[in-house]
Amino acid sequence: MKIAISNGHVVDPRNQINGKKDIFIQDDKIIALDKAPEGFQADLIIDASNKIVSPGFVDLSARLREPGQEHKGTILSETRAAAASGVTSLCIPPDTSPVIDTPAVIELIHQRNEEAGFCRVYTMGALTMGLNGTHLSEMAHLKDAGCVGVSNVMNCINNPQVLRRAMEYAASVDLTIFLHPQDAGLANNGCAHEGVVSTRLGLAGIPEAAETQAVANFLMLVEQTGARIHFCRLTTSRAIHMISRAKYDGFDLTADVAAHQLHLTEMDIGYFNSQCHVQPPLRTQRDRDALRQAIADSQIEAICSDHQPHDVDAKLAPFAATEPGISALETLLPLSLRLVNDGLLTMMEMIDRLSTTPAEILGLRAGHLSINAKADITIFDPDKHWVLKPQNMLSDGHNTPFKNWEMKGSVVKTLCNGQVVYSNDK
Amino acid sequence: MKQQDIQFDNTGKLRHFLTIEDLPRQTLIDILDTAENFSTVGSQQAKKVPLLRGKTIVNLFFEGSTRTRTTFELAAKRLSADVLNININTSSTSKGESLLDMLRNLEAMHTDMFVVRHGESGAAHFIAEHVAPHISVINAGDGSHAHPTQGMLDMFTIRRHKQEFQNLRVAIVGDIMHSRVARSQIHALNRLGVPEVRVVGPHTLIPRTASSLGVHVYHNLREGIKDVDVVIMLRLQKERMLGAMLPSEAEYFSQYGLTEEKLSLAKPDAIVMHPGPINRGVEIESVVADGPQSVILEQVTNGIAVRMAIMSMTLGRKQESAE
Repeated sequence: MKIAISNGHVVDPRNQINGKKDIFIQDDKIIALDKAPEGFQADLIIDASNKIVSPGFVDLSARLREPGQEHKGTILSETRAAAASGVTSLCIPPDTSPVIDTPAVIELIHQRNEEAGFCRVYTMGALTMGLNGTHLSEMAHLKDAGCVGVSNVMNCINNPQVLRRAMEYAASVDLTIFLHPQDAGLANNGCAHEGVVSTRLGLAGIPEAAETQAVANFLMLVEQTGARIHFCRLTTSRAIHMISRAKYDGFDLTADVAAHQLHLTEMDIGYFNSQCHVQPPLRTQRDRDALRQAIADSQIEAICSDHQPHDVDAKLAPFAATEPGISALETLLPLSLRLVNDGLLTMMEMIDRLSTTPAEILGLRAGHLSINAKADITIFDPDKHWVLKPQNMLSDGHNTPFKNWEMKGSVVKTLCNGQVVYSNDK
Repeated sequence: MKQQDIQFDNTGKLRHFLTIEDLPRQTLIDILDTAENFSTVGSQQAKKVPLLRGKTIVNLFFEGSTRTRTTFELAAKRLSADVLNININTSSTSKGESLLDMLRNLEAMHTDMFVVRHGESGAAHFIAEHVAPHISVINAGDGSHAHPTQGMLDMFTIRRHKQEFQNLRVAIVGDIMHSRVARSQIHALNRLGVPEVRVVGPHTLIPRTASSLGVHVYHNLREGIKDVDVVIMLRLQKERMLGAMLPSEAEYFSQYGLTEEKLSLAKPDAIVMHPGPINRGVEIESVVADGPQSVILEQVTNGIAVRMAIMSMTLGRKQESAE
């Protein structure tokens, strides 16, 4: 199959392309930019006039709920939503059921995804067996099976000695550790930021120190172990400051933020809006502003969806009894474009945070439009207005705090491996 | 629909009573005035008025309570309503029937009001958001969030003794962090114009952002009750506190327990309140609890009139508008 994408505004941070260019694709690869190779006869010409043509987005964290919670979502339903959101590669955290701690689970996921085939699916392995925090996982086996990193997700490793050994071992098999900095003891089963809203509503609070203490702890061990680490889902201004300082001191660190954290604060909980129940929690406006600034300054390198689809019942209970998380794939692009419209990021920087840098963090050959690169391409209309209606979401999870938000920016076509996996010509 | 409007129906009448926060001052005054009218019902020979005849009120208690449930039941009966008491062990609901399924079933029995107590903050709001349009919900305590009928009966008691709110100093002493009673009292006191509301307790029992509620924070009881007109002691939930929050009951009493000697620092005519049940010798000594300045039992009596007022205002509004 030969495809030409013509008249689009191509933005590729890696190759510093920012202008009108045609792209020529043969089979799974980009074979030329600008001028068609001699004798190129396109089977399909995609007119991308007035659209942005970007490397496909790379999502550092999307829960697809399969295996284990297929009533919330499946690899089929959620990768389809991913393709519709311009995401061509995504990474599944290991807290599936069963946990991703053996090659068999990874094989199962890859096999299911081959049948679905809407985007590339990567797996994050468990850092400890069953995420139990005590017994190291077989990281070398996990890596051989295709894991792009290891993580204990939100399950804390309480014994610092185990954490140290896990970090050392991961370093020796050359796997990046994806750390979620939230100390379980200080978080104390809280469900909202410890601040004015939790005080008003009588909700158990998660103090800022739950994050900063964990960051400090991890940073000390990085120094000891030489592990390569990535901080996931930062929420506090102080943690950003600590990580920036560590980078300045020469540590090789990266970090990400969930898109919703760049737009919501604890105030959005209002009177117990369970759609705003997320972990780690929404924090203060000051924190949100610091996160936005950190994304602009590249102190935080990547924006991810932190997609967590839920069934309806999961959010139908008093606030603390609901399950945390947002079905977030479909708002990833419009929420990121808001930062462009707010003047915080250029289009090129936004695409860098959504595609090029997360691909580098995961060590993927993706996130750019070089010749001979895999043709993973997202074409979107940055000016299209639409209103988010949960019932129209493609994900099986309709849980979103952005109901009725006016969004700007919509994916028109997504190509993965040279195939059109999503098309919306309306 | 704005969340804070959930307590009012589309004609602007009080439909649910979930929290005092955001209620207009006049609504609070109306509740107190209505309660004043009901306060004589209990001493009449026939202790009943026919306001809610034919209405069915369900006391839905997911958490144990004797006093609150009993006073709600009495209030409903004195308004001539039929009362159904349902005590639910929360663990059995989590295993089987969901909260919403249970509500649907009770609605199907043509009930008119749910009086809800639940261990989770926000439970009453959640139920109010999901009940059928003809049903009113009264919050009888949700987690650490609110206990608005308790808050109003405390205001009623204060007004009876002090007449005006405008010149008062009020100190609330104890576990502010976990107290739904304190939150409701603070909102009510602020809305009624009390110029100085204080909270007193150790750092472990006072939220770090407590001042955002509109209170002055004290960590020393002697300083905190100096020259106040009203001292409200909160119950210490011993099971929950001992260990990481407080070292021992004895130390708590020595620092924050109300004794005659400490009470003498307050104004001579200060009243002492407590939402009950009292831990004698933990937060308050018996001579104070039973002493001349204590209005603790009056609070219980007043609770019936205030709950009658709130029930009749929320549930009686349709009859009123039909007339």
